[in-house]
Amino acid sequence: MTNGWVDIKHTDVALIIGSNPAENHPISFKWLLDAREKRGAKLIHMDPRFGRTSAVADHWAPLRPGTDIPFIGGMINYIIENNLMHHDYVVNYTNATFMVSDDFDFQDGLFTGYDEARRRYTDRSSWSYELDENGVPRRDWTMTHPRSVFQLLKKHFARYDVDTVCATTGTPKDKYLEVVRTYAGTGAPDKVGTIMYAMGTTQHTVGTQNVRSYAILQLLLGNVGRPGGGVQALRGKSNVQGATDMAILYHIIPGYMRVPRVSMATLADYFGAAVPSTNDPDSVNYWKNMPKFLVSLLKAWYGDKATPENDFGYDWLPKLQDGKDASHIGIFEDMYEGKIQGLFCVGQNPAVGGPNAKKERKALTKLKWMVVADIFECDSAVFWKSPGIDPKDVETEVFLLPTAASMEKQGTVSNSARWLQWRYAAQQPPGDARSDLKIFTHLVNKIKELYAGSTDPKDEPVLNLTWNYGDPPSAEEVLKEIHGYDLKTGKPVLNFTRLMDDGSTSCGNWIYSGCFTEDGVNLTKRRNGEDPGGIGIFPQWTWAWPVNRRIAYNRCSADVNGQPWDPARAPFRWDASQGRWIMYDVPDFVAGVPPQQSAKSPFIMRLEGVGCLFSRELNEGPFPEHYEPWETPIANAFSSVQLNPAVQLWGEADNAQGSASEFPIIGTTFRVTEHWQSGTMTRNTPWLAELMPEVFVEISPQLAQEKGIQNGDAVLVTTARADLEAKAAVTSRIAPMTIHGREHHVIAVPWHYGFAGYITGGPNKQRTYAANELTAHIGDANTTIPEYKAFLCDIRKVT
Amino acid sequence: MAKAVLVDTTKCTACRACQIACKQWNQLPALRTEFTGSYENPPDYRGSYTRILFNESVVDGEPRWLFAKGQCMHCTEAACVMVCPTGAMHKSEFGSTVMDASKCIGCNYCMGNCPFGVIYFDRDKNLARKCDMCYDRMQAGLTPACAKVCATGALVYGERSETLAGAQQAVAAAARRGISTSVYGQDQVGGLGWIYVLRDTPESYRIPNVQELPFSARVWDVLFKPARIAAGLALLVGLWANRRETVELAPPPNEAKTSKSPDSPAGAGK
Repeated sequence: MTNGWVDIKHTDVALIIGSNPAENHPISFKWLLDAREKRGAKLIHMDPRFGRTSAVADHWAPLRPGTDIPFIGGMINYIIENNLMHHDYVVNYTNATFMVSDDFDFQDGLFTGYDEARRRYTDRSSWSYELDENGVPRRDWTMTHPRSVFQLLKKHFARYDVDTVCATTGTPKDKYLEVVRTYAGTGAPDKVGTIMYAMGTTQHTVGTQNVRSYAILQLLLGNVGRPGGGVQALRGKSNVQGATDMAILYHIIPGYMRVPRVSMATLADYFGAAVPSTNDPDSVNYWKNMPKFLVSLLKAWYGDKATPENDFGYDWLPKLQDGKDASHIGIFEDMYEGKIQGLFCVGQNPAVGGPNAKKERKALTKLKWMVVADIFECDSAVFWKSPGIDPKDVETEVFLLPTAASMEKQGTVSNSARWLQWRYAAQQPPGDARSDLKIFTHLVNKIKELYAGSTDPKDEPVLNLTWNYGDPPSAEEVLKEIHGYDLKTGKPVLNFTRLMDDGSTSCGNWIYSGCFTEDGVNLTKRRNGEDPGGIGIFPQWTWAWPVNRRIAYNRCSADVNGQPWDPARAPFRWDASQGRWIMYDVPDFVAGVPPQQSAKSPFIMRLEGVGCLFSRELNEGPFPEHYEPWETPIANAFSSVQLNPAVQLWGEADNAQGSASEFPIIGTTFRVTEHWQSGTMTRNTPWLAELMPEVFVEISPQLAQEKGIQNGDAVLVTTARADLEAKAAVTSRIAPMTIHGREHHVIAVPWHYGFAGYITGGPNKQRTYAANELTAHIGDANTTIPEYKAFLCDIRKVT
Repeated sequence: MAKAVLVDTTKCTACRACQIACKQWNQLPALRTEFTGSYENPPDYRGSYTRILFNESVVDGEPRWLFAKGQCMHCTEAACVMVCPTGAMHKSEFGSTVMDASKCIGCNYCMGNCPFGVIYFDRDKNLARKCDMCYDRMQAGLTPACAKVCATGALVYGERSETLAGAQQAVAAAARRGISTSVYGQDQVGGLGWIYVLRDTPESYRIPNVQELPFSARVWDVLFKPARIAAGLALLVGLWANRRETVELAPPPNEAKTSKSPDSPAGAGK
């Protein structure tokens, strides 16, 4: 989240898209309803299904799965056409005025620089700015030059006219215009709107660009960096923000630094490739400090062994092959091909939660060993006896380690609002169940024992790894290491602004640096509910990264002269008489200079210093463009390029692509309040199982009639890859959609069920009730997040 | 010192935290259920003191999903109290209807006379069971478990007078959004312990639109109350066997108003 949960109460309009917060983030509704009651806020829900969020929202508009970019693109076009944007904000705080290179072009779905054979944009040189004689991007402050970002944006999205958009998304035109007009109203300087999204947005082949489209919309309306505004990623797990920050993802290391690749052989190579530089004197370009963060990270990992002479142990970091996709799909493709021997499966359940779960269950059979650490014997732990797999054929040795539940251990949880909150253990874990920290400490100690005494250089990464968390290991010591030390004094550093690149400081994750004081007080334990300014910042309630800042990009909450766009929602106001800011949040800008200067770089992490309507960083191009899902019955109306041209295509084995002639129905997956993720915890909680006992598929009355299906009937959903038995929920909450004049059916299945546990999702022990059996190995072009949310299927009654 | 809970259906997202909190506080067992076409589960009050009722329909061509919490309404003129031959069912100092399990003889009269159909018979314990508004919590000055966990403010517990005022505020807040609502429970059956703010008729939520004490309970009251213990004992043998199997809910007074819906009433005793 750019903002936070409490901050939602400040919004005038909440655009809820690709998420279902009433069901999956129930507490957010406390704040949404507060905004509605106290501010008269409007709640808009865009979703293929009319769900519990829609039931309480003010407006609901359906859209076909996989058409967020047309939906938002049409809004962008409407706002530009009707001059509804927040003009001063766009001119000053975005790159709308930047001039783009002459070579940049876009034709029939492709930007310049595409290499069709490699399915990649290999030459991105044209995705750049026109520079002046000092190497600084040229600006056209009138935004009228045809090569200005604004005019290019306008031209790009002019193709997204309301009729083409609605024909593509299936949204009735009147509903669409109602949504657009309501949300566009937040372009007024004193109005603000928020976007709340989740997996319905990201789990597409265009997932990252879906989010980009939201960012562009929010920048045009002047909604970023303001109370009640921003772009809110609603995290699907209580600590998934923390997992991301600490680099569970393969492409980054802690603190959002790029993972070292084979081509970055030395520290200097890494810095050359990863540290951005600019000639623009006005750009803060905070990432220029990356060497301090990385060297301090290496000092945290390798301690005294990390020296300037040995590149601080950079050689000991594993390097990922260039171009190698080691995402979830990538790992399971390698596993399927027998390239991976062992797997640690910690708090994850790929046999149910993975895309194309059938293929992933097969992939697990290729392992020599697997360690599952979980609080229950989850489906993945018993994959070897799952439907379609004969235990006799499986040689994988499976170790099941019982773990402590979240309430049985202490440590921090990082929530969507970037708060690190310390939580205490409520009770001891049962039996020999242990915390992950204990399990991994034990493991590291055993491995170190095995390597002890070795002089082989290849063993240095293990021998030199620090692991000083005490015995038993203390989560607080881990957090202290993450926060960082001044190695000269041995005391905690103030925060990341004091980190050095000479080896005199250590820090396990620079963005978390600041969660302790220099005296060692753990700020994540704070529970002070004071709210100076009365705008819901609560600065002494736990601690938020970075540096306890609650609203990111908050320079944008005020105009160039430092006056808030809305005085009633003002975390910052420049007091000219005193020559200083009146502040209720931690500034995300240089506060010691006049406001006119900080206004030149309100996005300090961006090289440009401003928000990017035109971005050079994503793999499919500088502007979001609509491409159809991998499986779709629709021909792309916007170009002849059907599928995102930059996505990686995976092996066809056990991953067949369905055709619309055989599988005419559009399928999507969703979650319900009563279950959580793959159901390991909730399907084993009898009270919750009672509420949602079996997998079901929501189908429209029209489809039910066509197929002779009654409410509650057993049905079979089929795709090119697998089939799923489920109960039919015949409901008017899901309706056929008219796409380019033809009616298409949409069905939706919750994905929480499987084949192990107190309930599995159905009566037949020989079946798996995992909806992800239906989905495919195909992912987004930047993150490879699987396209769970759109696939082709058919349905029939089980007779 | 009458207490009541406001149910503001304009704020209910049917997350069912209340349903779970109730089971947890009262340590009620989980049932093995099936999906029968609706999110609503379990299908009746057997084993549950409270349930969220899911009501789906199509109004003016648009889907509509109404949620309401069902449970003992804690009627001021409580039929169950009137017909209870042993005084097991009685009114508490908070105005709620509570039961002294040690006095319950399992005669089922309360169940048969409850106009809302929210009492169930626990065969294992030979007891009538229902929501007691968390009497033990109330005695300790705590909020009932369901209202305690409600995240959206749809359930608000307090003095009955404050709850009624809260209901009027909720009606006004909805009106500002152009949504017409009405209050149910202020005067019905002498006044209920649950005050509902509804977007449509009680029937569209499958809340029986009861206005007065059931006639059967009045008759019972007049005829038998003076000697209710004797009557209870005398009739016990004769009636118990006949009636204890009937876990009848009040018959749904209204089927889905418009189109067929998966959330059409689960039906009496289904």
